Amino acid sequence: MGGALLRIGVTIFPGSNCDRDALYAIELAGAEPVELWHADASLKGVDAVVVPGGFSYGDYLRPGAIARFSKVMGSLEEFAKSGGPILGICNGFQILTEAHLLPGALLRNTSMRFVCTRTPVRFESVDTPWTALYEPGGELTLPVAHNEGNYFAGEKTISSLEDEGRVVLRYLDNPNGSLNDIAGICSEGRNVVGLMPHPERFSEEALGSDKGLKVFESVLQFAGVRV
Amino acid sequence: MNIQETYTSLGLSNFEYDRILELMGRAPNYLELSLFSVMWSEHCGYKNSRPLLKRLPNEGVRVLQGPGENAGVVEVGDGWALAFKMESHNHPSAVEPYEGAATGVGGIIRDILAMGARPVALLNSLRFGPLNDERNRYLFREVVRGIGGYGNAVGVPTVGGEVEFSPAYSGNPLVNAMCVGLVRSESLVRARAAGEGNLVILFGAKTGRDGIHGATFASDELTEETEERRPNVQVGDPFAGKMLVECSLRLLEEDLLVSLQDLGAAGITSSASEMAAKGGVGIEIDVALVPLREAGMEPWEILISESQERMLAIVEPDKAEEVLRVAERYELEAAVVGRVAEQGDLRILHAGELVGTVPAHHLADAPVYEREVVPPSYAGEAQRLELEELPEPRDYGAVLVDMLAHPALCSRRSVYEQYDHQVGANTVVLPGADAAVVRIKGTPLGFAVTTDCRGRYCYLDPKGGGAAAVAEAYRNLSCVGALPVALTDCLNFGSPEKPYAYYQFASCIEGIAEACEVLETPVVSGNVSLYNETGGGAVYPTPAVGMVGIFEDVSRRATPSIEREGDVVVLVGDFRPVVDGSDYLEVAHGRVAGTPPVPDLTSEKAVADAVRRSIYAGVVDTAHDLSGGGLAVALTEMVLAGEAGIGAEVRLLSGRRQDVIVYGETGGCILLAVPEARLRGLEEHLRGVRYSRIGYTGGERLRIGGLVDLGLDELSRAYERDLFERYAPEGGQIG
Repeated sequence: MGGALLRIGVTIFPGSNCDRDALYAIELAGAEPVELWHADASLKGVDAVVVPGGFSYGDYLRPGAIARFSKVMGSLEEFAKSGGPILGICNGFQILTEAHLLPGALLRNTSMRFVCTRTPVRFESVDTPWTALYEPGGELTLPVAHNEGNYFAGEKTISSLEDEGRVVLRYLDNPNGSLNDIAGICSEGRNVVGLMPHPERFSEEALGSDKGLKVFESVLQFAGVRV
Repeated sequence: MNIQETYTSLGLSNFEYDRILELMGRAPNYLELSLFSVMWSEHCGYKNSRPLLKRLPNEGVRVLQGPGENAGVVEVGDGWALAFKMESHNHPSAVEPYEGAATGVGGIIRDILAMGARPVALLNSLRFGPLNDERNRYLFREVVRGIGGYGNAVGVPTVGGEVEFSPAYSGNPLVNAMCVGLVRSESLVRARAAGEGNLVILFGAKTGRDGIHGATFASDELTEETEERRPNVQVGDPFAGKMLVECSLRLLEEDLLVSLQDLGAAGITSSASEMAAKGGVGIEIDVALVPLREAGMEPWEILISESQERMLAIVEPDKAEEVLRVAERYELEAAVVGRVAEQGDLRILHAGELVGTVPAHHLADAPVYEREVVPPSYAGEAQRLELEELPEPRDYGAVLVDMLAHPALCSRRSVYEQYDHQVGANTVVLPGADAAVVRIKGTPLGFAVTTDCRGRYCYLDPKGGGAAAVAEAYRNLSCVGALPVALTDCLNFGSPEKPYAYYQFASCIEGIAEACEVLETPVVSGNVSLYNETGGGAVYPTPAVGMVGIFEDVSRRATPSIEREGDVVVLVGDFRPVVDGSDYLEVAHGRVAGTPPVPDLTSEKAVADAVRRSIYAGVVDTAHDLSGGGLAVALTEMVLAGEAGIGAEVRLLSGRRQDVIVYGETGGCILLAVPEARLRGLEEHLRGVRYSRIGYTGGERLRIGGLVDLGLDELSRAYERDLFERYAPEGGQIG
């Protein structure tokens, strides 16, 4: 990897609220965290980008619906096209589906309630820049906190996600009614990943587990190799 | 409308109007009268409570800021400090529960922000009528949604709280929100205007007509016409709230502000006059400069509007431009609306023309009413309870299952799972334990926080109940291993003009004060909510206590969860349970009566301190206090808290009727589970306090003295009920 630290950007929209947690986890993983303000088109030359959780623009209209039109998103679309690794967590996942960087949509939880808990999940595919360090089929518990985490897509999309091994993470005890218990997916190019659970909230033993940190360590390894 | 009708409609009495005439030396105009009306309301002026509140101790070695500012502040160590306060939003929540609760959360966050602290934890203390009534279910559901709706979006974790149900709260729910903020002690901000010629900048959301006379509304009884007060309720915008937090912290970080104040009850009026009165200066506001949401607002409406998500800052003239620029970055409205003036007057202009002027210290100095404390007639009758009148249970296990499934005692998971309690990645003990624990990132430090109050205890014995609330909070913090340092209180009572309610108010304060003295936990901030009455009478006296404790090493802590098979179960404290005022008495026998246990404060302190020391020493990692539902419910909570699914078997301590021992309640007792190998170490720490070994952990059942023998799955089914689904409207879903 050489001397220079790898740099991972975190987009900050008005109403993002897990941005600081993502920046912190990136630092713990040994990378340099870089803030990417929504109104600024520059990605500042980062090696990877996290679109964090929260309530961008208050979730008004639909979660992610307004954020996708911000300046930084144009650059992010270019970055995605060139194969740059992008991870959307929770609201970030919602934004990436609104921007069509990932297929499908996240609907309201079938319980019609916000749900904040820790839930068991399984890694179905680890073949993405963000999951390479996990064991395929490995099970772990991750925090979730969302009102719209119910993954939905047309039949065709669902079957191609399944057939192409693009379901990255699956719930073992579905907390929101998502189709096929889908908790996370990746793009066709596999470089864009969306997760409803919050790996950054499990980045240290002190928080109950550090098993989420590997998400950020995975992309370091990936970016290191790529550089 | 003649002048008397006018001031009466604004909630001012004849006496108060005469006083205004005397202070002003002339008749006030409508705008000036409106200012007095909101500032002299109970909500802003504390006119019925000030003499009683003086009784509360508010000094201590760790206190950096006591009552009188937006929040109290205590020192944690290493330059870190915590700012915290609890506040009521009862009346708004009674008529518009979602927005009432949401703006309660937003308001308390801004109080913390005004101290220069980053809000890092929220809690709430809630009371509703029984859930068999549709209106109560609606209020409960919407209040919980409102708290989540605001707190989740604003990005501050809701880490704890409590909820009780009783007919006494039907129609008058209590919604108390608490916030804790983290600040470097050298960066504390105070709401004091200074520097003649400095500018007053209003930033945040635009000002509209919402919440006009909200403070006056909050200081009156709820009646059937209350529904018409819906327009008095403010509307929250958590998105703007989040921007306001980030913007304010940025402005402080860049050292752009002289002082900062949030806009809460009574809007600009309250903030400006308090800042002026504290700084001993005057403030001039030109209402024509205030960014408005709607056209045609009268100057008095602009002044007392309670539109949410606004802050008022005093700024040096050469920094004003930069302040406006930062606000714009956060997509907030900001405008210079006035300046600091020489004399101590609050001067109101409209496009340069003077429309009202009042000395700020007169507004900030509401008249004080001191009343005679007369013991009420209900007390003697309510306290009468003969144990012989109560049939003993035939099936102790069945009674326990009924109690666990009752809204009084069941798990609060269905409530706290609707709140994001982990955002910020600092919550190390989640809701459901005796107290929530939050670490301070990048340090070994942390804090614990809890809210407590037993309304039924306070009704049956106001003084004892007040003391019990403080003692329970002290015990809860000690059970997780934190050193309790100070508290905030939210004093919810009926009309002070009614002798029984005033008696309850005065007696609860006396109980709280005595407990604070013995436990060395000063009251550093608080809020008073009176007139919690409907046609059906007053609420239970409910002095909610929010207590904060600190850790020098947050990794040294305990939870209620049983971690290992074969641990010895130890009951620490003077175990003298009674059924008086207990959940058992109400749930199983349908009665609210007797004399609840009065805490022995010296023994409380000794027990809690000993447990905390043994946690710090690494001897104890499983601790849980005895509270509602007594020994049986406390043990159930311990066996269900663990992920390992380990049961327990305990014997009965003899001496009283068995139901009293199994379900009776007592203060000052804590259950521990400790490996045998650490028992000797534990005994060292427990020297001087009473304790007994009562059993062992293990198996997959809870067995209590041959009376209760239930599988963990049966216990869990009863306890883990969903408070919303069973009583939810058609479809079983929460909308």
